[in-house]
Amino acid sequence: MKWHKLLLALGMLAAASAALATPATDELFARYKSAGAAGFDAERGSKNWNREVQGEAGEMVSCTACHGKDLGKEGRHRKTDKVIKPMAPSVNKERYTDAKKIEKWFKRNCNDVWSRECTAQEKGDLLKFLLGQ
Amino acid sequence: MRTNFKAALLAAALLMASGSALAETNFWQWLVNFSRQKEVKPVDNKAYLEECGSCHFAYQPGLLPGKSWAKLLDEKALADHFGEDATLDKDVLKSIHDYAMENAAEKSWYKRSRKIALATEDDAPLRITEVRYIKRKHHDIPEKMVKGNKDVKSQAYCNACHTKAEEGIFDEDTVDIPNFPNRGHD
Repeated sequence: MKWHKLLLALGMLAAASAALATPATDELFARYKSAGAAGFDAERGSKNWNREVQGEAGEMVSCTACHGKDLGKEGRHRKTDKVIKPMAPSVNKERYTDAKKIEKWFKRNCNDVWSRECTAQEKGDLLKFLLGQ
Repeated sequence: MRTNFKAALLAAALLMASGSALAETNFWQWLVNFSRQKEVKPVDNKAYLEECGSCHFAYQPGLLPGKSWAKLLDEKALADHFGEDATLDKDVLKSIHDYAMENAAEKSWYKRSRKIALATEDDAPLRITEVRYIKRKHHDIPEKMVKGNKDVKSQAYCNACHTKAEEGIFDEDTVDIPNFPNRGHD
């Protein structure tokens, strides 16, 4: 009996996590894996998302400097003041549906915040974290 | 009958006069618009509008000469675009670069673009706010209305005050400076 419950729970988990992906992210996860990344961890992604580093003017910045603390809400670019649509796919269905767009912004934003490109592992973790929002 | 005719004439004249506020969105509007090409050609390229506009106001190519766009829309230059990484895919960059070059100030017949082309004959400014003509047009606007204005902050945000900036219209009549309701109409 316990068996069945476990199976059911596993099935539900699979269904739930299936909802947290798009063809674009499936493609990217596969690409990151072939680039050497192991598994992807939302917790690690969350830590990196919130990790503060020193900006060029000495101020502390993280991804939240532009995207805001609440991913379900709009962010504002810290320099250009441009409104950034919510990052949470639960609120913004357009997010994570275009692999090219995701890669474009990873490249730009990793450079802007961390002054280097992110590794495949870091991108996968961040993506995993963001998809769960 | 006569008065009717006069009224119609007046109506037509008024319609023509209001033309400056209308962008020429199609050939017929362009044809009947007496103030045609007075302003700057609105952006009519989807990639340009999307890529540039995802970070800032999508400045019309006619606001800078080609030699400025060539410097700005270069693969290496975009990696440090006023302090931000704005790198683009090679093919996307090419289409945006080509569009900007084809519609740059000196290639345009729009009046403001002609003036910008003339004002930049001897230099290739990277910022529109460094173009002499643009500077001259803004020199009498006190700092408190721009830098000191929390809803404007910088001249770089054209559309903060130029309510029809997206249509390429920068006419004084379309200016509305936030927090200074009387300015722009006096």
